[in-house]
Amino acid sequence: MNIGYYPGCALHGSSNDYEQSVRACLGALGVNLCELDDWICCGATAAHSLNHKLAVALPARSLAIAERDGYDDLLAPCPMCSAQLIKARTALARDRALREEIAATVELPLEGRTEVLNLIQIFQRIGLERLKSRATRSLNEFKPACYYGCLLVRPPQALRFDDCEHPTSMETLLSELGAAPVEWNFKTECCGAGLTMCNERTVLDLSHKIISNAAAHGANCIVVACPMCHVNLDMKQADIERHYGIRHAMKVYYLSDLVGMALGLHENELGVNRHFVSTP
Amino acid sequence: MARIGVFICWCGENISRHVDVEKLAEQCAHLPGVRCCLTYKYMCSEPGQNLIREKIREERLNGMVVASCSPHMHLKTFRKAAEAEGLNPYLVEMANIREHCSWVHHDVKAATAKAADLIRMAVAKVRRNHALSPIRVPLTKRALVIGGGVAGIQAALDIADAGHEVVLVEREPSIGGKMAGLSETFPTLDCSQCILTPRMVEVGQHPNIRLYTYSDVEAVEGYVGNFSVTIRKRARYVDISKCTGCGACWNACPNKKTPSEFDFGMGKRSAIYVPFPQAVPARPVIDANACTMLTKGKCGLCAKKCAAGAINFKDQDELITEKVGAIVVATGYKLWDIGKEQENAKLAGYGEYGYGTYKDVINSLQFERLVSASGPTGGELRRPSDGAVPKTVVFISCVGSRDNAKGMSYCSKICCMYNAKHTMLYKHKVHDGQAHVFYMDIRAGGKNYDEFVRRAIEQDGAQYHRGRVSKITEENGKLIVRGVDTLAGEPVTIEADLVVLATAMRPADGVETLAQKLNVGYDEYGFLSESHPKLRPVETNAAGVFVCGACQGPKDIPESVAQASAAAGKVQVMFSREEITREPEIASIDERMCAACFTCVRACPYNAIERAEIRDRAGRLIKRTARVNPGLCMGCGTCVAVCPSKSAELEGFTEQQVYAMVESLG
Repeated sequence: MNIGYYPGCALHGSSNDYEQSVRACLGALGVNLCELDDWICCGATAAHSLNHKLAVALPARSLAIAERDGYDDLLAPCPMCSAQLIKARTALARDRALREEIAATVELPLEGRTEVLNLIQIFQRIGLERLKSRATRSLNEFKPACYYGCLLVRPPQALRFDDCEHPTSMETLLSELGAAPVEWNFKTECCGAGLTMCNERTVLDLSHKIISNAAAHGANCIVVACPMCHVNLDMKQADIERHYGIRHAMKVYYLSDLVGMALGLHENELGVNRHFVSTP
Repeated sequence: MARIGVFICWCGENISRHVDVEKLAEQCAHLPGVRCCLTYKYMCSEPGQNLIREKIREERLNGMVVASCSPHMHLKTFRKAAEAEGLNPYLVEMANIREHCSWVHHDVKAATAKAADLIRMAVAKVRRNHALSPIRVPLTKRALVIGGGVAGIQAALDIADAGHEVVLVEREPSIGGKMAGLSETFPTLDCSQCILTPRMVEVGQHPNIRLYTYSDVEAVEGYVGNFSVTIRKRARYVDISKCTGCGACWNACPNKKTPSEFDFGMGKRSAIYVPFPQAVPARPVIDANACTMLTKGKCGLCAKKCAAGAINFKDQDELITEKVGAIVVATGYKLWDIGKEQENAKLAGYGEYGYGTYKDVINSLQFERLVSASGPTGGELRRPSDGAVPKTVVFISCVGSRDNAKGMSYCSKICCMYNAKHTMLYKHKVHDGQAHVFYMDIRAGGKNYDEFVRRAIEQDGAQYHRGRVSKITEENGKLIVRGVDTLAGEPVTIEADLVVLATAMRPADGVETLAQKLNVGYDEYGFLSESHPKLRPVETNAAGVFVCGACQGPKDIPESVAQASAAAGKVQVMFSREEITREPEIASIDERMCAACFTCVRACPYNAIERAEIRDRAGRLIKRTARVNPGLCMGCGTCVAVCPSKSAELEGFTEQQVYAMVESLG
């Protein structure tokens, strides 16, 4: 199955381990990721903080390319990207005048045929039954704390995905594959996100709380579906440990890592060996 | 020859602001058949009605049109005025130039033209009206009350005290409803049971009340004054005529692990049980799902202990038919069960509050049982998880109420008051405890209500935070309640021992099915619809069916009781006559024309049309035909619309009249 793929900046840059994981995992499921030709920035936080038109036009250009190239589904594994793409798509679907204006700006027709999926949704699209039948290994040694962060489920009016206050889709998926996700409290709390660049102290504080709560509820790893979350929880974990003088050693997996392992892939094929918190 | 009077109402400024009434009167005076046309500021007032009566007399009118508000509002008023002057009331028509015209159009010229059209149509119609007389049907002076909560009890006692027989049907094993389980009541803090149980005993002993508990209304047939109601008396497995209520059986029952419905799961009960000691009737029932004798055929201890031999494991449901003339629906409410599978996906929210996951997150009715002297802890407040006395309790308002995104858009009305009450009861029991309340707004309208809330805050030290709670989590045996105080402008985190959710009030389960059996309307939430929100608050659009209490909308005890007495009053008015008069504007079938296809029989929403045979004197079948039962027909006109041979006709709305109205527009 061919599917449109929007990597965004993170998966081609600092989080290319995430791309490796997603490609390996979906490849094992027979999903061929076709990277969009000439995709551009989703606008991220910057665009919608400064210019509403730009916040629609940037994702709209990539959506129009996906449409032109005939992709019905577009995977954006980064939740910032998928949220921006979906928000633009929703705004365009609602307002004909805006649609015409933006189509002129991006110099491509916009009909809204392409649907944007996050990483969890692509697994849901493949189907839990099918995933289960392809699995060669049970994930029973994993007791993950499923961490959704902010943008995977918000804003709910645009995303219409899972319960924004109490999401359960990752838990459902991983339990099917034999893992035992824990009930915990920080599923949708903020990890500090981009403050990691300018106000590291806040990120250390917030991420420390998330990791501690996961550990307190018996998790032996955290599962994320966001490159930013992974940076703050995994890459910054050593700093957190140093700052608080405590040892967490909490492994942080991408969702595609665990699904990939269930499908029989080796950790190294999924790029797990490139995470900062070492896997014993 | 037609001598029609047209009376145009200004309705103060309601009509005259956008309709030029004087110009309208000039135009209408020249319509064919119109004898006189005049306007008045308030046609429904006494001078207005006198004006109409004067004209009927002077001009010897044989038909009249009042151009004013909706006929729902005042058709009866004007028909009465006409009747008093000897004009048949069915020769009165109304043209609705308020709701259909002046309220919705603001261009004076266009609105005036439309009003003229509406009047022209009404005049065309009234010229073809027939003088009709009301249909008289016999009346059974017995009432059915559905639901034995405080509203049902009040209604039943009022009707019974007036000397009429009442059949009271209650779904649970005892009457008493939600109120029987409450601790103390706002705004006086008097004990709920102390004021309710004497009323329950009165019901149990009243010679005019026939009480069916553990029973449901299975089917309702007939029409106003003549309902035939089938009641399913569910198998109780205890013969209450033999049982003395001694208690030997429930003491002997070895299975005492079933969560008590009366305690909302806060306590346990045996498989054979009375819901609470003051139950009426104070006779037990056997829970067929919990009793091992009924599920596995083993045990039977209760039967061995029963000296009266009242236990019958072979008991079966019984169907009983009761004839009644009026029905009062008082089925009450339930609290929204959050955290459970919901039929409606929109109501699946609030998982973040952990109700059902954390044992110490409970709802308000569960809290009532924990502080009630008759509750599972004997009135000592102990939290469900470990029996500890909670030192910090958080009460959350509006869980699902006033919440368009994932709940009900309405206000549940009573929660602000009972939250204040709960903080007081808590403080009176746990002196060193602290109560917190998260609220959106405090709605304390009512006699002595706001004073009560102030008392909770000022005397009993409840901490009120204006804001919502985003999440409840559990850490080290504490419930971490995270919310916001929007007045202080900062996030609030409280480590609580117990959290009480004031979840939205919803109509009781099954009310929609019941409403369909009764032909009573209900809103999108399942609350039953009254006939008019202001002027007919306890009547429904189904004649002879009345509503009271929380089944009609969220209500507290005083309001439910007042409404119950109002409904009982309406029943007594009905029963003060010997027979019922019904509107004669009903359908009839031309039996010569009828082709006996019976499309109308299938289409009639009231089952008012039956199949009939016409026979000659020798009993030979001449033809089959459809026939309208005038006692049942509500005059909706569906049969007229579906009849392929055009043999159905609706009196007061004949096809001739409708065509004349349409033609008058041309």
